[in-house]
Amino acid sequence: METTLTKGGAWLLEDTPDADVFTPEKLSDEHRLMAQTTDEFIANEVLPNLDRLEEKDWELARTLIRRAGDLGLLGTNVPEEYGGLDLDKVSSLIVAEHIARSASFAVTYGGQANLCILPIVLFGTEEQKRQYLPGLVAGELVGAYALSESGSGSDALAAKTRATKQADGSWVLSGEKMWITNGGFADVIIVFAKVDGEHFTAFIVEKRFPGVSAGKEEHKMGIHGSSTTPILLQDTTVPAGNVLGEIGKGHKVALNTLNFGRFKLGAMCIGGSRQAIGDAAKYAAQRKQFGEPIASFGAIKHKLGEMFARTYAIESLTYRTAGLIDAALAGGTHDGATVAHAFEEFAVEASIAKVAGTEVLDYVLDENVQIHGGNGFVRDYMAERYYRDARVNRIFEGTNEINRMLIPGMLVRRALKGELGLIPAAKRLQDDVLAPSVPSTAFGDEGMLEDERRAIAAFKKVALMVLGTAMQTYGQKLTDEQEVLSYTADILIDTFASESAAIRARHALQSGGAHADLHEAAARLFVNDAALRVEQSAKSALAAMTDGDTLRTLLAALRRVLKVTPVNTVALRRRLAEAAVARGGYILN
Amino acid sequence: MKIAVCIKQVPTREWQPRLRDDKTWIREADVSYEMNEPDAYALEEALRLREKHGGEVVVCSAGPARVQQVIREALARGADRAIHVEDDSLAAADAFVSAGALASAMADETFDLVLTGLQSDDQGHGQTGVVLAERLGIPHSTIIMEVQIDPSTSSGQAGSLRVKRELEGGWFQWIAMPLPALLTIQSGINQLRYATLKGIMAAKKKEIRKASLPAGLQPSQQIVALAMPARSKQTHLIGGSAGEAAKELVRLLRDEARAL
Ligand SMILES: Cc1cc2nc3c(=O)[nH]c(=O)nc-3n(C[C@H](O)[C@H](O)[C@H](O)COP(=O)(O)OP(=O)(O)OC[C@H]3O[C@@H](n4cnc5c(N)ncnc54)[C@H](O)[C@@H]3O)c2cc1C
Repeated sequence: METTLTKGGAWLLEDTPDADVFTPEKLSDEHRLMAQTTDEFIANEVLPNLDRLEEKDWELARTLIRRAGDLGLLGTNVPEEYGGLDLDKVSSLIVAEHIARSASFAVTYGGQANLCILPIVLFGTEEQKRQYLPGLVAGELVGAYALSESGSGSDALAAKTRATKQADGSWVLSGEKMWITNGGFADVIIVFAKVDGEHFTAFIVEKRFPGVSAGKEEHKMGIHGSSTTPILLQDTTVPAGNVLGEIGKGHKVALNTLNFGRFKLGAMCIGGSRQAIGDAAKYAAQRKQFGEPIASFGAIKHKLGEMFARTYAIESLTYRTAGLIDAALAGGTHDGATVAHAFEEFAVEASIAKVAGTEVLDYVLDENVQIHGGNGFVRDYMAERYYRDARVNRIFEGTNEINRMLIPGMLVRRALKGELGLIPAAKRLQDDVLAPSVPSTAFGDEGMLEDERRAIAAFKKVALMVLGTAMQTYGQKLTDEQEVLSYTADILIDTFASESAAIRARHALQSGGAHADLHEAAARLFVNDAALRVEQSAKSALAAMTDGDTLRTLLAALRRVLKVTPVNTVALRRRLAEAAVARGGYILN
Repeated sequence: MKIAVCIKQVPTREWQPRLRDDKTWIREADVSYEMNEPDAYALEEALRLREKHGGEVVVCSAGPARVQQVIREALARGADRAIHVEDDSLAAADAFVSAGALASAMADETFDLVLTGLQSDDQGHGQTGVVLAERLGIPHSTIIMEVQIDPSTSSGQAGSLRVKRELEGGWFQWIAMPLPALLTIQSGINQLRYATLKGIMAAKKKEIRKASLPAGLQPSQQIVALAMPARSKQTHLIGGSAGEAAKELVRLLRDEARAL
């Protein structure tokens, strides 16, 4: 197998052979059973108890975490010798996706599995792993991750919590952490502090260490069934052996944890979107106005069709990313450093999964409220709760603004290090598009979704054009140009999403699988509208960077590159909406 | 104890049935499948009996290749191995053919106890278990709510069991039976366990023996036509005095609507 495509960001510069892309249709029987187990657990044990969780019954939350441990849901990424199952990343994605329906509990689960267990797997010493992982994986211990402080959220490395070394090698920590998930009942907390106020470092802190306490529960907009509190450290003594990773390398622990956490948050958004489309489709089929089910109205079909296509896109790109990480880690078990390296390799894709996933989810949940009308605004229906619960996703695990900076930022950094051939590709493109006529590119001859294939190739050129111009215009100062970086991020997100969706739909068409027509409709709809967004972002970015003749030349080139004939998206949305109503939701198998 | 559990794969309950053009079966291309519900309880009962009395649990299923899905699920929940009578023609087979197919593959195994679900969620004849018992030449009992095995029973020896049958109108019957025997299990008699992720991975290594359909098995019945139930609304006015009407309403709710 080709190995070049297992490099992060390579999809922007190369054509990915369809066969290399992982899709939900390629799940094994085992994967499907994992989804079923997770679904049954959530349906039988968590959803009936959501109200008790919302009343902050943390004993119940603890019991549910233990149940999740019994089923193996906490150990997907943990080596067997520490009580885990050491499964592929697709398995982790599936568990996260199917836990998502329980919103509040999903956050509790994420605090445990993604934010506490994972950093110990990646960076823990043998001793630390043996001490903490079996309990955490079994759900006997509850975990948390304390990075943020009241004065440092996005700017997490500016934390004020201090660690001071004692004569006996132990550490004394003092400071106050803020907004800590599971804070109210966690036993093991990954705490970030600065050694001598300078060297950012991670520590494993037990709640029972003297001087550790949780503050009051925050009064939140949503996810009331998850605990969020400050964590206070008042001259807490932490044993010498509880430094996680290296002193002064806390940022590595923090960022690598988030790399994978973001990807899993993206996965959760798929589950949330799917649930809401099911609710919306069923409600629209049953609610009558003017003597007709509201599902028969074009305005409602527009919403359902759009919810369907956008969910298809995030699902496609997130599964593709899981496949990329698994391919990079293929063959046997790996030490924490190798796994961390693989997560880092696909950090761009993880940020895309986070931003695209959380924004599609919020779109879907907003339209779900709208389809429910007045009932969407009252608490008798889940639509209202979902809407509030999901809002935080755009804020934590790195705000979407921060992630948008990271997406082009990381690509540029790799390009400058020579790891990614971005700069030569942008140069070649410049010569091509500024030449009077663009050589028409030859495409594959499969005869399926050909227009979309051409459109996606054009998106890549546009991304390179904008990014190339930005690098040329601003050089080192590019990081100060956040608006241009955001536009670029949006183009990159739409490109990766479009390509993932189109490749998946081609798979479905070629294999003649069930409902290939729905795959095709979703992909065509998404790519068509992505083209409009890409054009808009590119124009705004180019106009911000250049003017006069240069701008005119670039805009002319943009027009030539991005020649995409619009399709009848009304018909496509109707088809998807009708399928969602007939089948009771977002169902593709 | 050597226990067999017969499992059928049926369309999921959420699926909105759609008929094939010839109206003699459903459109299979549209369907997603799951384990027949009473069969899941039969499997759970078998796993519990194995935990109490030792032995092994063997899943038996007759159907096309796709039924591997529920076989894998049963193995993931804890069954030890499986027998799959594989043939495309079994997709819509009647009880007679299914039972014949299962009997031919199970005959040599000499099971102490065979459990099936009470009926299937798709065709719902409630006959497969009964016919299978006849084909295997063992006694059977239907609609079982509880199973107690005589503690002195051990594998290979003639033993006995007591079972609780559900009768109509809230009545039950306890009967004693010799082993080997076949029981058809009612839904809800125990609490189903989940397939743990560990169980799911372990199931990959468990044996699934393939058997082929014995020759000469002819269906004994034929589906001539299927129709979707027509949705109808009827208003039924109950006359008489308030007291009489209330009595009649309770009777109708209990005996006809079966809502009480
Ligand atoms: C329910 C909940 C649970 C949480 N759980 C945890 C947890 O378990 N552990 C933990 O450590 N933290 C947790 N957090 C904290 C969370 O990670 C932070 O709130 C988040 O990182 C944002 O930081 P902030 O609140 O300080 O916002 P700020 O950083 O002040 O951001 C405010 C706004 O400014 C923008 N902004 C900030 N800096 C920049 C920049 N350089 N460029 C452009 N825009 C910028 C942001 O995008 C945002 O829109 C949780 C928060 C909530 C609400």
